[in-house]
Amino acid sequence: MSATGFGWLVLVFPIAGMLVCALGYRKLPGHSAGWIGSLAILGSFAASIGMLFDLLDHPEEERELVDAAFTYFETAGVNVDLSILVDPLSVFMCLVVSGVSFLIHVYSVAYMDGDEGFARYFAYLNFFVFSMLLLILAANFVVLLVGWAFVGAASYLLISFWYRRTTATRAGIKAFVINVIGDIGLVIGAFLLFDATGALDYEGVFAEVNNAFSTNDGTLVAACLMILVGAFAKSAQLPLHTWLPDAMEGPTPVSSLIHAATMVTAGVYLIARTHPLFELAPLAADISAVIGTATLVFAATVAVVATDLKRVIAYSTMSQIGYMILGVSVAAYGAGLFHLMTHAFFKALLFMGAGSVIAAMAGNQSLDRMGGFRKSMPFTFVTFTVGALALAGFPLFSGFFSKDEILAFTLHRGGGFVVLAVVGYLAAGLTAFYAFRMVFRVFFRPPVSEARELEHGHLAHADPQNPATGEPEDTGVGFPGPEHHIAERSWPMKAAMGPLALLALVGGFVAVPGLTDTLEHFLEPTFAESRFAESVPSHGAEYAGLGVGALVAIGGIALAFFVYMSRRALRLELRERFTTVHTFLFRKWYFDEIYNATVVRPMTAFGVFGRNVIEADFVQNTIVGGTVGIVRAGSSMARAIQSGYLRGYAALLLVGMTGLGLYFLITAAG
Amino acid sequence: MFFLAGAGALGGAIGVVTLRNPFYSVLSLVAHLIFLAVLFLLLQAEFLAAAQVVVYAGAVMVLYVFVVAYVGGSDEPLRPEGGALRVLGPLFAFVLVVELCIALLGSSLGLIDSPGADVPAGFGTPAEIGSLLLRRFLVPFEAASYLLLVAAVGAVVLARRRRGLEEQEVGA
Amino acid sequence: MDVSWFLVLSAFIFCVGAAGVLSRRNPLVVLLCLELMLNGSNLALVAFSRMHGDGGGQIFALIVMVIAACEVTVGLGIIVAIFRRRLPVDVDELSTLRG
Repeated sequence: MSATGFGWLVLVFPIAGMLVCALGYRKLPGHSAGWIGSLAILGSFAASIGMLFDLLDHPEEERELVDAAFTYFETAGVNVDLSILVDPLSVFMCLVVSGVSFLIHVYSVAYMDGDEGFARYFAYLNFFVFSMLLLILAANFVVLLVGWAFVGAASYLLISFWYRRTTATRAGIKAFVINVIGDIGLVIGAFLLFDATGALDYEGVFAEVNNAFSTNDGTLVAACLMILVGAFAKSAQLPLHTWLPDAMEGPTPVSSLIHAATMVTAGVYLIARTHPLFELAPLAADISAVIGTATLVFAATVAVVATDLKRVIAYSTMSQIGYMILGVSVAAYGAGLFHLMTHAFFKALLFMGAGSVIAAMAGNQSLDRMGGFRKSMPFTFVTFTVGALALAGFPLFSGFFSKDEILAFTLHRGGGFVVLAVVGYLAAGLTAFYAFRMVFRVFFRPPVSEARELEHGHLAHADPQNPATGEPEDTGVGFPGPEHHIAERSWPMKAAMGPLALLALVGGFVAVPGLTDTLEHFLEPTFAESRFAESVPSHGAEYAGLGVGALVAIGGIALAFFVYMSRRALRLELRERFTTVHTFLFRKWYFDEIYNATVVRPMTAFGVFGRNVIEADFVQNTIVGGTVGIVRAGSSMARAIQSGYLRGYAALLLVGMTGLGLYFLITAAG
Repeated sequence: MFFLAGAGALGGAIGVVTLRNPFYSVLSLVAHLIFLAVLFLLLQAEFLAAAQVVVYAGAVMVLYVFVVAYVGGSDEPLRPEGGALRVLGPLFAFVLVVELCIALLGSSLGLIDSPGADVPAGFGTPAEIGSLLLRRFLVPFEAASYLLLVAAVGAVVLARRRRGLEEQEVGA
Repeated sequence: MDVSWFLVLSAFIFCVGAAGVLSRRNPLVVLLCLELMLNGSNLALVAFSRMHGDGGGQIFALIVMVIAACEVTVGLGIIVAIFRRRLPVDVDELSTLRG
């Protein structure tokens, strides 16, 4: 089968899985919905591998294959097909997405055990993977937008999965609204491009873009900025980032899939895909780089003080995506995408580990209450630490190679980018710090009661409650199920976390600079015509970068050890001394408060106004009531004719006759 | 001759409308009918004049007299007659008269200002009517007799007493 | 006499009858006025028949008389039935066919 044939298969499997789980949700026995879902994604992964091999069969110049299923619409000047593009970039993304998704599905089979919405969950999850794959494989802006919107919808469905929790539904709405803002940006950007180039498919647009625009042309910059709005909304960058921490209300595997490996990387993918545009509008690319850097620093600072385990990991996602955005904005596409891949591995792993720890804590997510799980949960401890080491960029782990490659490229660009690179290194230090803050607080130090119970083989139980607000819940439909599974006791969880840990460990060796440039080489055909293709930092510079990165990572880990293990009291002292700073960071730089005051409150007020005044008074009373009143009045006037009064009828007859006669007289005379 | 008969007819008509007692109205109509028969004679419709007197004034009005005697009809009704229509009725009618006159007198029909066309000698005689009825107007003739049958049946149906149906007391 | 005089007279009779229909309350008298109107039109018919020398007008008038007779029969039957039911024999009161 050809590569594009495999491409269609990649899309068909998740849809089939979704339909089976969705339509048969009542009938599927036991865990079969979970296995069906997982098998569907495994099929996708297999098809992706097929795509890969077939693509490699083609010579390098021909590694861009487009296939159209049918014509969406064809009008004057606009031809849009439902077509997919199989090239190294999309194959790479498909492999990462489907591979990691498969492992997360397997993990979810154990995690969501006992939940009333088990089949619904897998239907949603398959739908999500389908949308993401559609987004990746799209060959034109229309299909991209379809996938983009579906991904937003799927993320809403999954974040508010436990829909009877008010915090969850609110978080889902928040995510969806911000995603829609991104959608609008993307649509406007696509429209601007269409307006100038007359094409909607990537090939057409990218071919025309050099003719249609000059460098830094106003319209092109505007279009790129609009695309950036879309990318930032999806990837949770400043200022459209507020939905990501709240999105932790969803089940942990959802966080692991959507907010680590796939959806948030869609923005990075988008910028990489539309790189000809950004290269022709360096202003937009520079803005993107600056925002990426700002986000990575912001998120790192907030992660240092956050107390909810999942939120720390969420902020670290935001930060790492900032690195990726920085990478693709400085035209280090290979590096950026490499980091995407390694991040998918270790972040998904971290979330899975967090899920296991939270299960051991019987649903409690607060770091303040955790400690000392090292002895009772060895498997979780090892995998979590591997993930944290990768995140921190400890030498030889995967994150080490990918993150530092981005920073090396950034430095190489010179000029203002040096500042960004320095900031990036500082934030890397912070990253290592907070990563190990988590490790030390959760696994080291004296064990808490739940850990001690677990050491005796007894998994803690607690009354179900909302982890954020503490209000009690039940375990019926729309709430989390009664079961808690930890990795040590559940083979699907182990089966998922193990390979990811391995990949987090060795994944970096795919692209060691100077030794194995496989990834870079593989992605070359997509980025061949980039004007930065030849501008690569020298091996020496790269090794120097790696060295600096290693130092920074080890320094961060050491600092964390110092604060959290040796001088525990120091932490509280620091907090008291720097209360304002601490509050500022704890409140996430007051972004939520600002948005609440400037956007949410006015909008809500307008909505209330709309309901009370516009809807009730104006529409209901005046327009509708008025119309009704007029009709009533008219009909009661008409009804008066039917009085049953004989003489009235006779009078009417006579008058009518007279009138008719008059009419005839007049027409005859005239 | 015309004016005499015309005045009589008109007087009878006005009498019908204005007289309070329905009995007097019936008598007034009878007078009106007879004067109308005279007018028919003036128009050389002899058979019709005879039919008018015999059938209309004779049979139909007698029926009316019976019913008026039976039903009565009060002399003075409880409320003043008519309300607004007491004035408006004649007003509308007056408007209609004016209009019709305008139509008639302003019309361009030929012969309207003359006594009429020359008619053959047998015009309006029973023989002539009879031959017309049985030749040209056979279908209307038959239809009219059918109509009479239906009316008779209807009258019988209306007049019969229904068994089992109590006569209702009507509130004042 | 000119035909037009007859026609004017018939118009007057018709309108007098119309006025009567509108202004009287006793249904018997209303029917009588209805007869008046019919007679008025009869007169017009016969006048036109004389004008054209066509016997059809007289036949028409004869048929109208037949119809008047039928209508009187049925109408009086209704009035008698109303009277027998002890309902007020008054056109204004008989308004249950209102809409």
